[in-house]
Amino acid sequence: MIVRIMGEGQYRLDEEAAERVNALDNEAVAAVEGDDEDAFHVAFEQMLELIRTDGDHMHDDELEPSDVIVPPADITFVEAAADFTGDGLIPD
Amino acid sequence: MAGMAGRMSTVIKAKISRLLDKAEDPGETLDFSYQKQLESLQNVKKGIADVVTAKKRLGMQAEKLRQSVVKLDTQARQALSAGNEELARTALERKQLAQTELQGLDQQVAELEAQQEKLTESEKRLRSKIEAFRTKKEVIKAQYSAAEAQVRIGEAATGVGEEMADVGLAMQRAVDKTEDMRARASAVEELEAAGTFEDLTALGSGSDDIDRQLAELSTGGAVDDELAAMRAELGSGSAAPQGELESGEQK
Repeated sequence: MIVRIMGEGQYRLDEEAAERVNALDNEAVAAVEGDDEDAFHVAFEQMLELIRTDGDHMHDDELEPSDVIVPPADITFVEAAADFTGDGLIPD
Repeated sequence: MAGMAGRMSTVIKAKISRLLDKAEDPGETLDFSYQKQLESLQNVKKGIADVVTAKKRLGMQAEKLRQSVVKLDTQARQALSAGNEELARTALERKQLAQTELQGLDQQVAELEAQQEKLTESEKRLRSKIEAFRTKKEVIKAQYSAAEAQVRIGEAATGVGEEMADVGLAMQRAVDKTEDMRARASAVEELEAAGTFEDLTALGSGSDDIDRQLAELSTGGAVDDELAAMRAELGSGSAAPQGELESGEQK
């Protein structure tokens, strides 16, 4: 799976790492919904760290679109709340 | 990839897709697509230049405030040495205000510095992608029929488009931050224009607004503390007893 961290570039993740990213992603969403800023930052930062360490950073000249795009590392809780108040899962 | 990512990422992805859709003109030729990528790159360069300009402006303001802090501190000492505590207090009140503003400015300069670095990295990534696209486009054109080439180049363009959208959002965030800071810089300028950080010769002509702000600061006790410290440090103040004066001289 190809994941883009906005402002940082793309990473290639294997299935197992992708599953763990997904779990953390769900935690981050739940934290936003529960208005729990601390929990959001914990989950979100763990998620970014996992992508950076377990993913292979793709070369800048690769032209493949990402499967998943995650927000920039410096996103604020306010921005997260504004961005993630979608009406549930949007099919890819 | 459906269901692979939770809601958060898919919402972001949907957002980016919409951005891409908006940017895409179905009638555009393959070469025009490359042209647009180059334009996007130019925009990023301009965005970086804007951030640098804002950073310089704030930096210059911070420098002026730094000088004000030094000057007001010196004036407070002079006033206290001369036994004019009231004047010393006013100078210290203004110094506190200048220091508070200075802290804010320094922090913002650091933030803009970080933005600049990020945008520069993004620009580098986008440039690599555009260059790769240009090469790939020529190869595809040479190998495939026009219709087939259109499809394949379109796929490659999507990869570049995603990078363009990413950089575009990064730029938007940088612009928003820069605007916030511009507002703050204007606020500091207003204080400057009102003579808040100026020479004490401007004393007495202070507006109500400045008086109010200074009064707020005084209540914090910070000025009292600093005044006491300065008095102790000077030691030789006119009100000091003889014994203390001597011990001060031995230092």
